[in-house]
Amino acid sequence: MTTTTSPGTRAGTSGLPGAGLDVAVFITCINDVLFPQTGIAMTKLLERLGCRVHFPKEQTCCAQLTTNTGYFKESMGMVESYVKAYSDYDYVVAPSGSCIAAVRDQHPMLAEHAGDKGLMRDVEHTSKISLDISEFLVDVLGVTDVGAYFPHLVTIHPSCHGMRLLKLGDRPFKLLENVKGMTTVDLPAAEQCCGFGGTFSVKNPDMSSTMTADKARHIRETGAEYVVGWDNSCLLSIGGVLSRQNAGVKAIHMVEILANTEED
Amino acid sequence: MDAKQEILARIRRATVDVTEKDPVKDQPVNWTYGLGIEMDDVVGTFEQKVIDYSATVVRSKPAGVPEAVVAGLKATGATDSVVVPAGLEKSWQDAMTAAGFEVRVDEPQLSHETLDQTDAVVTAAASGIADTGTIVLDHTEDQGRRALSLVPDRHVCVVKASQVVSDVPESVQNLRPSVEAGHPLTFISGGSATSDIELSRVDGVHGPRTLYVVLVED
Amino acid sequence: MTTELRRITEGNYGVARLTPAPEHGGTFLGQPKFPKAVKNELKLVVQRKNMRNATTTIRNKRALRVTETPNWEDIRQAAYEVKNRVGRHLDYYLEQAEKSLTANGVHVHWARDAEEANRIVGEIAKAKGVQEVVKIKSITTQETDLNEHLEEQGIAAWETDLAELIVQLGHDRPSHIVVPGIHRNRAEVREIFLREMKNYGRPCPEDITSNPPELANAARLHLREKFLRAKVAVSGANFILADTGSLVIVESEGNGRMCLTLPDTLISLVGIEKVLPSYDDLEIFLKLLPRSATGERMNPYNSVWSGVTPNDGPQEQHVVFMDNGRTNVLADPVGREVLRCIRCASCINVCPVYERAGGHAYGSVYPGPIGITLTPQLRGIDDPVDRGMPYACTLCAACVEVCPVKIPFTDIIVHLRNRVADAERKEFSTDVEVAAEKALMKAAAWVLGDYKHWETTMYATRAAGRVVGKHKIGPLPVPVANRWLDYRNVDHIPSQTFRDWWKANRGEEK
Repeated sequence: MTTTTSPGTRAGTSGLPGAGLDVAVFITCINDVLFPQTGIAMTKLLERLGCRVHFPKEQTCCAQLTTNTGYFKESMGMVESYVKAYSDYDYVVAPSGSCIAAVRDQHPMLAEHAGDKGLMRDVEHTSKISLDISEFLVDVLGVTDVGAYFPHLVTIHPSCHGMRLLKLGDRPFKLLENVKGMTTVDLPAAEQCCGFGGTFSVKNPDMSSTMTADKARHIRETGAEYVVGWDNSCLLSIGGVLSRQNAGVKAIHMVEILANTEED
Repeated sequence: MDAKQEILARIRRATVDVTEKDPVKDQPVNWTYGLGIEMDDVVGTFEQKVIDYSATVVRSKPAGVPEAVVAGLKATGATDSVVVPAGLEKSWQDAMTAAGFEVRVDEPQLSHETLDQTDAVVTAAASGIADTGTIVLDHTEDQGRRALSLVPDRHVCVVKASQVVSDVPESVQNLRPSVEAGHPLTFISGGSATSDIELSRVDGVHGPRTLYVVLVED
Repeated sequence: MTTELRRITEGNYGVARLTPAPEHGGTFLGQPKFPKAVKNELKLVVQRKNMRNATTTIRNKRALRVTETPNWEDIRQAAYEVKNRVGRHLDYYLEQAEKSLTANGVHVHWARDAEEANRIVGEIAKAKGVQEVVKIKSITTQETDLNEHLEEQGIAAWETDLAELIVQLGHDRPSHIVVPGIHRNRAEVREIFLREMKNYGRPCPEDITSNPPELANAARLHLREKFLRAKVAVSGANFILADTGSLVIVESEGNGRMCLTLPDTLISLVGIEKVLPSYDDLEIFLKLLPRSATGERMNPYNSVWSGVTPNDGPQEQHVVFMDNGRTNVLADPVGREVLRCIRCASCINVCPVYERAGGHAYGSVYPGPIGITLTPQLRGIDDPVDRGMPYACTLCAACVEVCPVKIPFTDIIVHLRNRVADAERKEFSTDVEVAAEKALMKAAAWVLGDYKHWETTMYATRAAGRVVGKHKIGPLPVPVANRWLDYRNVDHIPSQTFRDWWKANRGEEK
């Protein structure tokens, strides 16, 4: 295991919900290069709650890109990297319901499909310990109020994989409810997919952009300043369309709001 | 190999992974059949749910059924003729005749054209289902063959409160003997309807467009 | 009006016919792949609005009925188990069903494929000497293109379901499995009825408005003469009950009851997966199907009949058990789960892709989630249209959530994509897109399969300052095609990766 650790052991963490917990973060490939601020926010949030945060550098990607395109063989290196990075931990936390769903549902399927018994055993552990940030906060740390402050009008896009594959339920909503200064306005047709769908957006560009345009229209209609989600892949698509339209609405990941405090 | 043998062989090849040959042991079904659901007022719920389909429901004491049937015929707009199954309660038939309706008994069988040219049909029923507002006919003597309650445009149906059960499973279980005896079943939930134009419900297409239920408090 | 006369009418491509000619001969042959086919559909503004309104209405109705049913999840689970039992022991239940049906006076036939099924139905109808049959809506007969087969035999097949009538008279193809005319609005229906009804029977009243009850009444009058004179009817079936030898049809309008009751002969073409072990199982499916399909507590009419009833209904009855690829589906332990389908269309109604595409772009009578999982398995994945089908999906899983028999659509879609990818792996493709995708996936496997490659690539691409079109895009994890940038900006490419930030701010590597 190669890892680095945040200075979460510093004095004063003992009364905090995450005190004494070692947490490995899975930043995900898309956040690593395109949305580092999301990974930074998650790291700072976890530290604020008392956790010791680790970043295993072997991590790359959850392998959805190849798996969901049908290229199972091409996914195996990524699954193995994931196992290498996280086998020694008790908690892996990612700012992505979609990537965690891939780890939980698809890694065991891929290992079985490859007929790799050793890998099947390994992914059984890594799949079980992998959590979306809202699951970790609500279920493991038992917190719904993380002391965040965000004085803006927002609307929420509940990304599909978090809601339907991970069944996050009201966890993210509860966390956002407790953000001070923030006002939430309902998004029409909120439960509809934004149209990103990974390689769908490239293989079916007309349909994908039509769906994202509809999502953007609903978002604009709310008058919100920000659209909040928990998957940056969806937000990349939605935010890209909103930006092209100069809509004056910005896409933002939930953890960036949760990490923000009155002191910031 | 004939088609049957070939299809069966294909199925057996396709399911070689299924090693347990007893279907019940291989795949248990966790379901208790024939259960009802908790309901404060089964008959009242039935009445309300039937009305939800924009059908009419009137309650009647057993002695008042002949008058209620005649009132029902008039309320649905029937003026001249009515079809009845041969086994329909005689006193109801007499009341219809007395009220001036030409009562056409389906014995011998009436032609399709006659059924089409008759104002209404009056039948009894086999079962009522509260949760869904459904009436079930098993087409025995007091309900007649299926065409009778289909071709005329108005259906006056007499359902006894004692026939009404809370939910679909109870009714399906109660009707099993009828099915085993070879009787067809027709489940009727309101009048004929369609949602085929813009998925909004329009009442009345090919079946009786008007359903009038006499609910007997027996 | 007699059906003996073959007439050339408007919309029949100059061919003399008994019934309206469907577009493209009613089949999907030669249709482009979904991404291309959908381009045209997306431009149909009226259809887009019709589909949006209709699917929103039905989605909300279904959701309301589900909240009214406290044990919904238990019912789903029971249905899942019953249908699994049937699939895993299909030979047993089909033989039982055949025995029960035969004992009830039904002639049972078996058809290996569509051609054989059509031939059986055609021969029975011809033996009866009829020139027309009335039909209950049956997607199974759409699958076999039965109407066109009968037309060739000189037999007119009249669709009697209102939506099917709209499709048939409109020289159109079905775009939905429950409401085949879902893509049409009331004004279009009026126009079709006015233009076409007069060519095939009782004309539509000239002063008709587009008010749906008036349109429904026009259909009632037009079809009534056909019902009253029909000698042979053709149906599908929602369920076959193996123990009692019964067939079940769930419907709304009463056209089903007309066809099942008035003619002398009834021919039912059913897929072999439609069998249920017992009459008792009906209670489960009658609770699930109406609520899932039309969002009603119960649909107006259900008919259950056990073969020939003396003095009631058709005295000659035929049931055709059809395979037509279903055993191929059964042979795939992942793919076979779609055989649980009860054709309620709730997956279709919630599908955001279907809502915008409509049903025609898929190239199958089965559109939406059930279509893209069932069709490539029934037909195989040799044709580009069938290969494209599993990709017509964002994997949003809305369908998985609503399916009453718990079909894991997204898992099956990913599995079918793998079958497509494996097939393409073995071939040398002249399709540029396929070749590019293969190369991209291979590159992704290398880059993301090892963090050292990943780090190297991130720094290399950034140094190169990758530019696509006029838009600078940074070190993206995947090469994003121009297609992305046609519609979206990718701005604010960060100058620092998360990895860099961690190294700079959180310590030394151990």
